[in-house]
Amino acid sequence: MQQILSRVNKTSTFATSLISIVLGMLVGAIMMMAAGYDPVLAYRALFASALLQPYDLGESIRTITPLILTGLAVALAFRTGLFNIGVEGQFIVGQLAAVIVGLKLGLPPVLHAVVAVIAGGLAGALWAAVPGLLKATRGVHEVIISIMMNFIALNLSNVMIRKWLTEGSDSTPKIPDSASLRVDFLSQLFGGSRIHLGIFLALAMALFMFYLLWKTKLGYELRAVGHNPLASEYAGMSVKRNIILSMMISGLFAGFAGASELLGTAGYHSIQAAFTGVGFDGIAVALLGANTPLGVILSSVLFGVLTYGGGNMQFEAGVPFEVIRVVFAAIILFVAANISGPLVDLFFRRRRGRHLARNLD
Amino acid sequence: MNVVEMRGITKRFPGIVANDNIHLTVKQGEIHALLGENGAGKSTLMNILFGLYQPDEGEIFIKEKPVTITGPTMANKLGIGMVHQHFMLVQPFTVTENIILGDERSKRGMIDYKKAERQIQELSDRYGLRVDPTAKISEISVGMQQRVEILKTLYRGADTLIFDEPTAVLTPQEIDELIEIMRNLVKEGKTIIFITHKLKEIMAACDRVTVIRRGKVIQTLNVSETNEKQLAALMVGREVSFTVNKKEATPGEPVLTVKNLVVEGNRGIEALKGLDLEVRAGEIVGLAGVDGNGQTELIEAITGLRPVKSGMIQLKNRDITHFKPRKVTEAGVGHIPEDRHKRGLVLDFTVSENMVLQSYYQPPFSKGWAIQFAEVDQYAKRLIEEFDVRTPDEHTPIRALSGGNQQKAIIAREVDRDPDLLIAAQPTRGLDVGAIEFIHRRLVEQRDKGKAVLLVSLELDEIMKLSDRVAVINGGRIVGWVDPQKTTEEELGLLMAGRVIQEEVSG
Ligand SMILES: Nc1ncnc2c1ncn2[C@@H]1O[C@H](COP(=O)(O)OP(=O)(O)OP(=O)(O)O)[C@@H](O)[C@H]1O
Ligand SMILES: [Mg+2]
Repeated sequence: MQQILSRVNKTSTFATSLISIVLGMLVGAIMMMAAGYDPVLAYRALFASALLQPYDLGESIRTITPLILTGLAVALAFRTGLFNIGVEGQFIVGQLAAVIVGLKLGLPPVLHAVVAVIAGGLAGALWAAVPGLLKATRGVHEVIISIMMNFIALNLSNVMIRKWLTEGSDSTPKIPDSASLRVDFLSQLFGGSRIHLGIFLALAMALFMFYLLWKTKLGYELRAVGHNPLASEYAGMSVKRNIILSMMISGLFAGFAGASELLGTAGYHSIQAAFTGVGFDGIAVALLGANTPLGVILSSVLFGVLTYGGGNMQFEAGVPFEVIRVVFAAIILFVAANISGPLVDLFFRRRRGRHLARNLD
Repeated sequence: MNVVEMRGITKRFPGIVANDNIHLTVKQGEIHALLGENGAGKSTLMNILFGLYQPDEGEIFIKEKPVTITGPTMANKLGIGMVHQHFMLVQPFTVTENIILGDERSKRGMIDYKKAERQIQELSDRYGLRVDPTAKISEISVGMQQRVEILKTLYRGADTLIFDEPTAVLTPQEIDELIEIMRNLVKEGKTIIFITHKLKEIMAACDRVTVIRRGKVIQTLNVSETNEKQLAALMVGREVSFTVNKKEATPGEPVLTVKNLVVEGNRGIEALKGLDLEVRAGEIVGLAGVDGNGQTELIEAITGLRPVKSGMIQLKNRDITHFKPRKVTEAGVGHIPEDRHKRGLVLDFTVSENMVLQSYYQPPFSKGWAIQFAEVDQYAKRLIEEFDVRTPDEHTPIRALSGGNQQKAIIAREVDRDPDLLIAAQPTRGLDVGAIEFIHRRLVEQRDKGKAVLLVSLELDEIMKLSDRVAVINGGRIVGWVDPQKTTEEELGLLMAGRVIQEEVSG
């Protein structure tokens, strides 16, 4: 996986992603035709139902929000040569910290929400610090520790809900309005949908990541360590410190994602039998977005729209939602296999062939 | 017969014409040298022949038939093999496994390793390569790894072999062996295209030589009808002086003092066993030795990249023994590392970003949190200009530069920081004669400015030409000091081989 990510990071361009999207959707279309559905109708229903009405637009944006944050989390770690597969767990502890602050702390509005969001982010950062620390000091691979940390987070959160936050119930009460990220003005603008302030947090973090990586000393170091740890050591940078920091910032994003989902979308926390998969969606988003902040935003928009619109397509065109998961998977496959490379090559070679022919005339 | 004929080859990269209407003819059974400055376009031309790049214009004929070489597999089919400067071997695999990788001849889905081993052994014996097919790559020397690469091309049936700067990474002994192997190959009917910057090697091994300058062919000559001076002048476009003009050194206070240094190597065995060394201000001390006698460990220990077990390192009377790399740099040490890709550069960074690898956090390159990229770019532009680094601009990824120009970028960075002690490890590896002349002058200039220079090189004539004193390292100790004015390469060679001399000629 890391190797795939690394290849993608080097070669992928806007073109790679675009071509992969088109091909992925084509695969989806072929599947639909094989199953007897009309792909044109289905895709039209998908996009129309995701984008045309204010309510749907708001819901699409709500779907996009956590994707941006988890995508940024994976992308940032990857820039330092780390594969943060623990975004899932960091997301969960972010939710947990946010719900605890939401329920247990009595604070005035605004401040309450701010504190809850920050608590979520910090929880994610600390959760991610563990694999970072172990990698830096003991050389343990971050993937293994992160996966374990995912399970710990899931079960910790379940135990906390049942034993501490409630008395044996499956879900917590709703957080008070003072801690909510939902604002009336925004909901009304988008036809009463569940859109919330999290989207601004997500966009701000994308901007932050851009500034951090390409404008600051720390970002320069993170990238240097990611590309060549030996040269970074030679240049006097602390490879260990950068590994830990990178994981923590990555975890911060993931924790923010959890907090924003909880405080903005759900409003309460409940027992989960299995992982939600947001962390893994983050990997897909980062991959398609070539690990750049703008790329992550764009690919989140695509995945968000496909996810939300896919649900509606089910009702309007009768096409099962699974087709959309296939489209996702196909897109990622095409990106990972860098399918566009040969295609672009072919195109240029043809052109050169003609050029040559002209010269010979 | 012409085995290879390239006609009117043009290849453009963003901002540069790497090959400009190049004509190259290589005859059956010859060793044909390609000579040219750093960035002249030699690797690009060979990458085109090997199918890695497609030319923008031009035609290629192999054995007098027109072909379009779409990729390395196609090149292999046409009998062309290439040995790259950076080996492409899988470290934990055996020689045999590496050689058959990608060309596994299987019988009903099973690979017959025994048969492959036998074939490889046969090939190895036939051309005098002396490779053990069962050895693991991680356990054999660089020279041997290169011979594995050669075997790989032979196993795939190559009859035309491209060697891109094979000797840059070899020790002098290994170079002699390689030349011998090349002669064997030609005797058996192979054809070789040989890229090198070392004129001596061309004179010793080649039949014809094609000189390229800035993407254009200048001339193709018979080696028997030319000499080193003419070749150098042709390739650089001006007279090149092979001797270094320097006045008598006027050494001052000791800058680097190493006392009784003990350091462990990678395998936990002591690589330095109580080494003493002194480099004074205003002198160049050359460290001569056969590769693997502790040179790398010494440099890493001084620069803080390797822990010191016991002993002491002083810089201008200040104890820097257990300093971290950054503290060492700040104390006034510059370091041109021996392996530019491993330590010296972040290949995915731009030229500009690489120029401030150690100083990015200091003013004027940074202010508070932020890096002042405008300042960085300006600084990079100045160095590019001053050190003649050939690059389209400072924002080009340094990966896209030719090997020699990458090296010049490192040297620019290290020399310009004006360190009290400059450690130059293989500073001219892969550089053309013009660039070598330039680098040598800069090193002498540092010396004349009263700086201390520690030169580590496997090239004996470089050591002899530049150094004011030569320390010979063997088995992790300095076994003797010689005066380069008064010694011969033979004498030095004996010392390096471990013969201890009686009288010490310490300055
Ligand atoms: N992939 C690439 N993208 C952009 N520019 C390139 C690329 N490869 C080579 N160049 C440029 O083409 C020119 C020729 O490079 P090439 O590597 O062929 O030089 P060379 O003769 O092999 O030099 P050296 O002796 O230093 O290895 C250089 O200016 C280099 O910067
Ligand atoms: Mg080259």
